[in-house]
Formats: sequence, structure tokens, C-alpha cells
Amino acid sequence: MSKKITIDPVTRVEGHGKVTIYLDENNNVKTSRLHIVEFRGFERFIQGRPYWEAPVLVQRLCGICPVSHHLAAAKAIDVLVGAGTGSGLTATGEKMRRLMHYGQMFQSHVLHFFHLASPDLLFGIDAAPDIRNIIGIAKENKHLAVMGVMMRKFGQEIIKATSGKKIHGTGAIPGGINKHLTIAERDSFLKGKDGQNIDQMIAWSLEALEFLKNYQKENRDFIDNFASFPSNHLSIVREDGALDLYHGKIRAVDPNGEIILDGIDYQNYNEYIVEGVKKWTYMKFPYLKHLGKEKGWYRVGPLARLNTCDFIPTELAQKEFEEFKQYTKGKPNNSTMHYHWARLIEVLHSAEMMKQLLNDPDILSGELVTKGEKQFEGVGVIEAPRGTLFHHYRINKNDQIEMANLIVSTTNNNDPMNMAVNAAAKEMMNGQTEITEPMMNAVEVAIRAYDPCLSCATHALGQMPLELTLKDSNDIVIDKKRT
Amino acid sequence: MKKSIKKVSFTIDGKKCTAEEGMNLVEAAEQNGVFIPTLCHLKSVIPSGSCRLCTIKSNGRFMTACTSKVQEGIAVENDTDEISDFRKLILESLFVTGNHYCPSCEKSGKCTLQALSYSYRIMAPRFPFIFEEKEVDASSPKIYLERNRCVLCKRCVRTIKNKDGKNYFAIEGRGYKAKIILDPVLAMQMTDEEALTAMNNCPVGCILKKEIGFEEPIGNRKYDTAEIGSELTIVKD
Repeated sequence: MSKKITIDPVTRVEGHGKVTIYLDENNNVKTSRLHIVEFRGFERFIQGRPYWEAPVLVQRLCGICPVSHHLAAAKAIDVLVGAGTGSGLTATGEKMRRLMHYGQMFQSHVLHFFHLASPDLLFGIDAAPDIRNIIGIAKENKHLAVMGVMMRKFGQEIIKATSGKKIHGTGAIPGGINKHLTIAERDSFLKGKDGQNIDQMIAWSLEALEFLKNYQKENRDFIDNFASFPSNHLSIVREDGALDLYHGKIRAVDPNGEIILDGIDYQNYNEYIVEGVKKWTYMKFPYLKHLGKEKGWYRVGPLARLNTCDFIPTELAQKEFEEFKQYTKGKPNNSTMHYHWARLIEVLHSAEMMKQLLNDPDILSGELVTKGEKQFEGVGVIEAPRGTLFHHYRINKNDQIEMANLIVSTTNNNDPMNMAVNAAAKEMMNGQTEITEPMMNAVEVAIRAYDPCLSCATHALGQMPLELTLKDSNDIVIDKKRT
Repeated sequence: MKKSIKKVSFTIDGKKCTAEEGMNLVEAAEQNGVFIPTLCHLKSVIPSGSCRLCTIKSNGRFMTACTSKVQEGIAVENDTDEISDFRKLILESLFVTGNHYCPSCEKSGKCTLQALSYSYRIMAPRFPFIFEEKEVDASSPKIYLERNRCVLCKRCVRTIKNKDGKNYFAIEGRGYKAKIILDPVLAMQMTDEEALTAMNNCPVGCILKKEIGFEEPIGNRKYDTAEIGSELTIVKD
């Protein structure tokens, strides 16, 4: 008799999701699915709102990476007010936004690594849930926990200084930014006491990377192979091929590193990327139009970015990047668990970029806003912590938004996350007669590597409220377990 | 010969006050360091008493302070539990009859309704939301009229006029159907200065001058650093 296993809810997600695993009569995994069961509707209820409100309203999609939505929307609105894209802004406008973005990238990646992912690494994915969380980390390795908290605090303070608030600020406005950094703010980031300064952040970023690389050496087989599969990779890259998290052109590579899309102006993204729909989830399935649904899906996020870019334009991160590329002999890295490695290299890069920007006089003075001839349609794309984020707006003659299309990073990773869930489920559950909590956690570990915004933040506080339901092929519940 | 101004003495919550005879109570109180909240009153503009938020008790009777003139010897009650609860009731009613969404409103931090609600510590309205559908009018080149946030204070009707003295704004309909409208012909001739004044006079986020948005950073907005009325000292017995 075949069975259906449901993990519902996938715990502590940014949103609501569940996993269904179908087993055949021999307890082998037939198929697995990650379902997103919530419906947000932002694209609809923003219709009729004034376009200048979009960066502030749409960021309410998220409490973890609102800056990414704030900036992607602002970049789209820049086009509407005739400020163009990228270098169309004033030096101050662009640099303040970049500083905000690197602060966001830094804090979000740190939150994910230290609070959500590190408990798996420190205790193992089969450890008891009551210690496999951030409190467990604090008891076992106080330095690691403090480092995580202090690094995140630094990123949050950068966001506050550039946008007005740590969460849901208003800094990016059409055509630029609404404030400078004060000298006192700048100095507090450069020379702050108690470890709250940029040099300490760079040092801690390197330390976190060492911690991860040591773990990888000791667990090479698991890290390299768990839930791994070949895929395409997509991101924006700077025109010279450098990693650029704020602005660039779309590039995609196949599993062997062959370029399948390059130099694409994201204003034309919808000529190259289309979104598929499936009945069992509210999340869409984007894919590259010219490759079709079956072959055109791709991964985004830190792993994809390091697979698509040619180099990293900061010294320390470039050294780490070279080691990362050497590991796969220059070919794309298709190991799901190496998302963590790529993420920490980006943490280091973000810290280095923040240092550069904090030492740039343009953030202290200069014109804040630029505008030109008004347009009626604009697209903004940014590399959010979780991957490429698309915001597309069209307005009417009364300045009201009449169409909005958002392809969020996690949506881009929909197919890959389903692949990862399937791979993890097969690896852990095939042929097993009893489904245990560690097996379910393993499935979440695979999802967690992508740091999805509906993410499995299982390692926050308390016990995982995982609910497991065993059903036969007629959907009749034959067993229920709550961990 | 200059007419002498007669001063009168009165009390607010027991505090001895003096003011020019005939001055309205909101302004007389302010001169004496006492804050009486209001949404519809503006200095130098004929009071309309439409928001009822400045309700006080004068010699034991409920009155609106903006339409009441100060008189010799009156005893005014302002900061009492009874009056505070009445004012909270009005504020809560405004929230449930409008569709106020502070997180994305560009008047957040500068909005009198929001500031008063913080001041009166309103956590959630005690009444059910009506969620009435209200039309937005964005057809004017200068003004985005967000009726979901209108509290019908009529400040715009009373203060925003063109050079010929004609009103840009008016109230259409009666009772619960009353809504603010903007003359579509005059709106085409509205100047930037008039649009900005209309936005600044609006105590909520209903009248927005187009394309201003969030230019003022958080931290610099009117109520970011000081609670509304905190510049005035409320002295009790």
C-alpha cells in the first residue's frame, strides 16, 4: 500500500509551507513536493496606489529582507521617474543604497548561518531538537553565538543609518535616497567600540568561513553529496563579469559552466524568463524561455552567483572565491550544501564593500536625487540574499500602479528546492519502515540550504512543531505523529 | 484710539489661566501651556467644531473648545479620565470608519491622527472595522486624494482657495455618504504652493501632493522625536 507523508507546517518559515512525500508499497520515495499554501496578493492590492509608495509598501512582504524589496522596487521606480538604472543615480544616491544593501546582505546571511544553519553543523542533523537551536549554540559555543548576534546587529545598524529604521525604513525614494550618513554615524561604524566596527566584522567573517571550511573537511561526503543535483544557475553580474549584488546584467550558466544567457538588460527580463504554474502550490515555477519548462529551470542565490560571476571585486573575498572555484576545478558547483560556503564568502565580500563605502566621502554629502523624463513602465532587479529578485511595475497617466509583477528569489528557487527535497527524502527515507524526526529534519536541512523566505527556520527557539501524517493511497490517515 | 483688550481669568483643571476675552478655548489654553487636542482646528481659521476631539467640560457642560469663547471665571475640565475616554472613543471611531494603513502612508510621523492615537495609547479600536469601500481620486495633476484616510475635518474646504477666492475642495453628500471632492476644473490650475499647503493642512494622509512621498527621512519628521502636545506643559493640582 502506498503512503503519503506530510510535513505540515514546515516550521518557522517566512510564510507557510508544507512538504508531502509519497512512498510506494516498499517504502521507497516516489515523489516529493514543497507546497506554499499561503496567498499574499501584493501584486493585486498595490494596484491603484501611487507609484512613489511602492518601495515602502511592497517591502512589507517580508520582515527578514525588506531592504531587498525596498531597493528592487526603488530601482523600478527610478526608471519611471526617468533616473534610469544603475549609474543613472547621483553618486550619493547609489552609494547610500549600496551601503544599505550590503548591510542587509550581511545581516541576513549572518542570521541564516548562525541562527538557522549552524545548529545542524555543530550538533548534527540527527541531534535532539531541544539542543539543535540557537540557545543550544549559545550553551555549546558561546563565542559563535555572540559573533552571530553582534554581526547581525552591525548590519541592522547600517540599515537603520541608511533607511531610518532597522526594519521597513524609507531611505530609497524615486531617483535616489532621502538622507546622507552623518560623520558621527560613519565614525561609529569605522571605529565603534566593543567589536562594533567594520574591521572586526571582516575578521569575524573570516573566522566564520574557517569554522565552516573545517566542518566541510570533516564531513566532506555529506557536504558534497547531500541533496545535490546538476542545474542551471542565474544571477545578475557586473558588465565586466564581477560579482555585483546591487546592479548588473542577467547571466545564466548550465551545469557545466557553458553560458546560456548573458548581457541581458533586465528591463527585458520577460522576453527570457517565464513563470509556470502548478495546481498544488501557490508558488510559480520560473524557467528560461528558450530552454523550456523541463530544461530551463535554474538556481539563484549565493551558490548561483558564485557560479555565474568571473571574479569578486574585493581582495579577501576574491581569495576565498578562488579556493571555492578550485574545489570544482573551475566548473559550476552543484552541491546544495555548498550554498553555506558561498553565503559566507558573500558575508566577507559585503563587509569589505561596506568598508569601502564607509570610507567614501560621497555618503556624507552630495546631491541625493536625480530625475528625468517620466516613463510608464519600469523593472528593478537586485540580488537579494536569497537570489535574484524582480520587480516590474506599469503606471497610468494618473501616477497609479496598474500592473505589478514580482518574481521573488525563493520563487526562482522553487524547482531546485523541490529537487532538493526529493533527493533528501530518497536518501533518508527509502526503504525505512519508521519515519523519525531526524529524517524529517534532513528534508528541512535540504530546504534550509536555500535560505528560502518561507524558510525552515527550525533552529530558533523551542521544540519543532513538526506534524507527520501517514496516509494511504486513498488519503486515509493511518498514523499521526507530532514531535 | 486703540481699543483696550480685556483680559479674563479662568481655570483649566484647576490651573489659573488668563487670556483675551473672546478667544477660543483651544488657543487660550495653548497660551497658558495647556494642550487641547484637535483634528479640525487651525489657528486664524474660523472654527468648525467638526471633529469633536477638543471636547472639554466648561462649568460642567460638554462643549467643543474650538467653538467656545473664553469667559471670566469659567472652570474648564480638560485632562480627566472621562474626557480622555471620550476622545479615545472619537479616535477609535475614525479608525474603524476609515481605512488607515500607517505602515505605507507617507504622512506617517507627521500625521495628527496617528500622533494623537499614540498619545492616547490606543492599541486597538474597541469597535468592529467597517472596511467601507472608498474611492481614491488621482485624476488631478497635483493631488492624490486618498479618501480612505479622510476624517472630514474640512480644513481643506476652509483654507485652500484660488486667487479669486474659489474653493478647490468641497464636501459632497450627507451623513455616512459625505466625501471630500476636488473641483476637477480648478484642480487643473492648482499651483504647487497651493497643493503643498493643502497637504500640510490635512491632519491625516488624505490630501497628498503628488511625487513628494517619503522625501523626509525618518528621524526628521514632526512627531519622530516629541509626542504631540509635549511642548505644552499640562499642570494638574
